[in-house]
Amino acid sequence: MSDVTQRPGQTSAHPGLSYRELEESSYDAGYLEHPEHDELLTLNFGPHHPATHGVLRLITTLEGEVIRDIKPVIGYVHTGIEKNCEDKAYWKVIPLVERMDYLSYYFNAMAYCGAVETLLDIDVPPRAQYLRVAHLELNRIASHLLWLATGGLDLGAMSVFFYGWRDRDNILDLFEMSSGQRMHPRYFQVGGVAEDIPSGWVKKVKKFTAEFPARLDQYADLIDNNQLLLSRLRGTNIVDKETLLQLGVTGPLLRAAGNPWDLRKAHPYSSYDHFDFKIPIGTVGDNYDRYRIRMAEMRESLKIIDQALDGLPEGDYITNDRKYALPPRHELATSMEALIHHFKLVTEGFRVPPGEAYYPIESPRGELACFVRSDGSSKPARVHMRDPSFVNLQSLKVMTEGEYVADMIIALAMLDPILGGIDR
Amino acid sequence: MPDATGLELIAQELRERDAESVLDTVYFREKAALTVTAGSIRETLEWLRTKGFNFLASVHGVDYYPEEPRLGVHYELLDMTEVDRLTVKVRVPLEAPNVPSVTEAWPTANHQEREVFDMFGVIFDGHPDLRRILMPEDYEGFPQRRDFPMGGEAILFTHNEPTNPGWWKK
Repeated sequence: MSDVTQRPGQTSAHPGLSYRELEESSYDAGYLEHPEHDELLTLNFGPHHPATHGVLRLITTLEGEVIRDIKPVIGYVHTGIEKNCEDKAYWKVIPLVERMDYLSYYFNAMAYCGAVETLLDIDVPPRAQYLRVAHLELNRIASHLLWLATGGLDLGAMSVFFYGWRDRDNILDLFEMSSGQRMHPRYFQVGGVAEDIPSGWVKKVKKFTAEFPARLDQYADLIDNNQLLLSRLRGTNIVDKETLLQLGVTGPLLRAAGNPWDLRKAHPYSSYDHFDFKIPIGTVGDNYDRYRIRMAEMRESLKIIDQALDGLPEGDYITNDRKYALPPRHELATSMEALIHHFKLVTEGFRVPPGEAYYPIESPRGELACFVRSDGSSKPARVHMRDPSFVNLQSLKVMTEGEYVADMIIALAMLDPILGGIDR
Repeated sequence: MPDATGLELIAQELRERDAESVLDTVYFREKAALTVTAGSIRETLEWLRTKGFNFLASVHGVDYYPEEPRLGVHYELLDMTEVDRLTVKVRVPLEAPNVPSVTEAWPTANHQEREVFDMFGVIFDGHPDLRRILMPEDYEGFPQRRDFPMGGEAILFTHNEPTNPGWWKK
């Protein structure tokens, strides 16, 4: 600045440009137009990324921070379960289908058993139906808790992450007590459940249902009183219910948008019409509604569990038809007929009359349906799971287009896809 | 659920619109199913939408081996106000496995038709993006067909395959 000379009439001791002149000749570097800013950036997200909740790969096209296009790529955990089912006797398929959507195993087993029971046209005893409902609803809470935990992780709410896993573990303890396994228990059988519940189980479940609402309040407080989380959840990724119906989306996502479709109410199966519960629905259809819906659903599930255990009917826990259910162990020593039935069932399995059945139930993620085709033999000719995660994943595009890439993580967490169910 | 009479009424109305479209009606275990020709699937679904079946719950494939025509595509329709379900089926032979795509009118069919193509080799004409969805892109064959063998898969992602071809067979 040594060459700046004093201007005529300037009396200041400081030579150089005035502040106004400096401002006029300068430019704001922040508003600089770069030609690169107009270009689209393709970002590969996953398949090995903790926020994808599995091995989901998303090819996102970004314009700056805004998502312009998103393509899910799936199939990384495809294990050919549906193909394997065609090579197994009907009752041996149950452990396989349980491993599809690995967080809602009771639901997978329920859909499959329901489809086979429809084909066989057999009745399930009331006690088995109630026991199924109690386990299904406990499983719904466990699944939602894992959603809450991993969703909290994606939002940066680490406390919720640990608390969610802790309470889910309590439910798995209950499963271990009643059915022998914490996950994939093969408890539901064609015609009923594998075993009656052990003594003391009801008491333990009651203890859980009594203390769980207070825990839910704590978790809700952790999220609802956090301004950072609220501003990330509220008003983001809104999709209206007409678009969701076009895309075949069901479950909490659809209910968050204001459509009260729930198969437990609309088309009751397994005695769901005996219980008094409500269907929570949202109004806006944003991420916050999706979160609130699932929190409210857990409370409704607790009500159903209490009612199912209070009104648990006496009687058989599996159908009396020896053609389809194993005879009790003590009969094998005395009854020749029981021995023959046992031998037939564990070697060949039972045969199912030819036909096709589609059995839909309400899983934690939406309509989970099992399609079974029988050709009259002891192995199914086709088993197909209409998995809600697979169908719901298509809505990720309409949820995230035009939104920030940071909101995509939340949208994915609130979508709650289970890749085991998507890829099967 | 539409009962047996209701199913026949639907079939009758469809036949009045297009005499050749409905091939078969089955009422089994309180569930109505309608078999239509592949060419008329779009019009059939569109007409059923006006009758209240406005939610396409599922599209899935079936291999009817050894029956002919072998490949089947099932469309599970749902009427949410009446709580009715109806299955619409299409059967196509292996030699010409072409079914018109319904993705444009029913966006939910997009991924599900891709899965049926992936697993059974049914070609959905007019699908915007008919690629494999669950199997690798370079996979050969359609694994859910009944004559596709189980097991014996080559292991991908192996570094020593060029030097020792077929090492997994030994």
